[in-house]
Amino acid sequence: MSSSEPILSVRNVSKSFGAVQALNQVSFDVHAGQVVALAGDNGAGKSTIIKAISGVFHHDVGDILLGGKPIDFATPHEARANGIETIYQDLALADNLSIGENIFLGREPKRKLFGVLPILDRKAMAEAAQGAMASLDFHVTRLDAPAGAFSGGQRQAIAIGRAIYWNARLVIMDEPTAALGVPEQRRVLALVKNLRGQGKGIIFISHNLRDIFEVADEIVVFRRGENAGVRKPSEATHEDIVRLMVGG
Amino acid sequence: MTITAATPTGSLPHPVIIWIAQLRAWVFLCLLIVSFEIWARAAEGTSFIFNIYNIQSIAVFATAPLLLALGQTFVIISSGIDLSLGFVMGLSSVIAAHASNYVTARYGVPPFAGMLLAILAGTLIAFVPGLVNGLLIAHLQIPPFIGTLGMYGVARGAAYLFAGGMTVAIDNPWFSAIGNGRVYGVPVLVIITAATCLVMHYMLSQTRFGQHTYAFGASKVAARRAGINVKRLTVKIYLLSALGAGLAGAMYTGRFTAGAAQAGEPLLLDSIAAVVIGGASLFGGSGTIWGTIAGALVIAVIQYGLVFINVEPFWQFIAVGAVIIVSVLVDQAQRGLTGGREVE
Repeated sequence: MSSSEPILSVRNVSKSFGAVQALNQVSFDVHAGQVVALAGDNGAGKSTIIKAISGVFHHDVGDILLGGKPIDFATPHEARANGIETIYQDLALADNLSIGENIFLGREPKRKLFGVLPILDRKAMAEAAQGAMASLDFHVTRLDAPAGAFSGGQRQAIAIGRAIYWNARLVIMDEPTAALGVPEQRRVLALVKNLRGQGKGIIFISHNLRDIFEVADEIVVFRRGENAGVRKPSEATHEDIVRLMVGG
Repeated sequence: MTITAATPTGSLPHPVIIWIAQLRAWVFLCLLIVSFEIWARAAEGTSFIFNIYNIQSIAVFATAPLLLALGQTFVIISSGIDLSLGFVMGLSSVIAAHASNYVTARYGVPPFAGMLLAILAGTLIAFVPGLVNGLLIAHLQIPPFIGTLGMYGVARGAAYLFAGGMTVAIDNPWFSAIGNGRVYGVPVLVIITAATCLVMHYMLSQTRFGQHTYAFGASKVAARRAGINVKRLTVKIYLLSALGAGLAGAMYTGRFTAGAAQAGEPLLLDSIAAVVIGGASLFGGSGTIWGTIAGALVIAVIQYGLVFINVEPFWQFIAVGAVIIVSVLVDQAQRGLTGGREVE
């Protein structure tokens, strides 16, 4: 896998907020069909690096390459337009809108009524929602139901469905299992594997080492804004990772 | 690979039941009319609703609060509130009257063109308070309740100052005809209000602007993360509600052949009540134009109907107040029924 050109390449990226050095010379790659887990204690720089990638803020030094080209997006919207989809812990779904309306939020398709009056194409939204959810092995029984009527794991699936529909190349998942019960956590991990099977590059952030060991192909450990090491789950134990996280 | 059925948690009722639940304000309106009809026949021996004069009166009665309530619907769906609408309407009414007099006296503009210019001036002056409301709320993060409460005072003072503390009489037969004329028995005011309803319904249900208003009202974070320019959206919403009040003000001037600063004073709370009776939640994220129309008609029927059956007029405040409370209770029950999340 590592022989192919990476989708995302982070090269010696640094970022400071005033006197605080949040990131110091951080590097890692994400390939197509690869899950890269970012591990580290609170304040280690995991959130900072994904915010730099997803356009929430700019980095100071170093390069972030997407498909070989350097990027420095001004807004998350711009990052999404270029195939980077971020799925947040607290989901960011509008609970009063249907699955289709959520997938298309901000990019709604239109059709012409009687050939003149532009109106929202709700049928196209519902059909696309059904398709995107089916590719995640979710058969949606009620496309008119508001997103708020679904369970936590199903709502994660909607957010992931949005990434699939918009053909994201890179999906960033920030603590996707944090707010879920155990059965739902299993379901979301299955979704992550499904996404990998579809050839997406995935950055997976979690506090839960068990989750990381289950889905990750590579674990990049951060400590105090620096690369503390890279391990493959098959060649490392939980203790190895923890040791890298805390130092020593 | 296992196929998982994504069924909404809790049982979601049949779409038809949800549809009826959303139209409950219309059901209530019908029950109300039937009750008044029975009472009118039993007590007075006359018909309440099979009486063209009553229908016309109720419809005209409903136009002013409805014009305020249409824009208020967008504001409330976005989880805001616009308290300035009553006096924005008054300001517009005064400016429309002055404009009508000014263009006639100064430039000798013919009555028809004078009427158009006056309505335009009255509606467009509302742009100013609407824009200020939007900018305060979107860019300076002032809570809608406070920002529009401030504008309530500013618009009130400005309206009385422009009016010189009096009403501003107009003398333009066309302007008066807009407020009092009929086309094939249908009051012109009702035609204008109905057309405004159609435009507002289209904007809310069929455009990205409307869709984003719903999303923003349910989750500001979701709307922002979806790439929606939420600041511009907020400004647009408050502009729209102010323009509706501006039109209402100009219509008032035509109807009473005078501009008055206090034109919309009693209508602000009616406009909010109409939106709430129509099924919108004050927490944001839900509501429809159809519901608001029914809500405004419910209020108009209660107010007119109680007078018609010779009940002391003060009872209408109690009746409308009770209806508001009951609609909120029904709304909460329906939320539980249709599986929406509880607002904590």
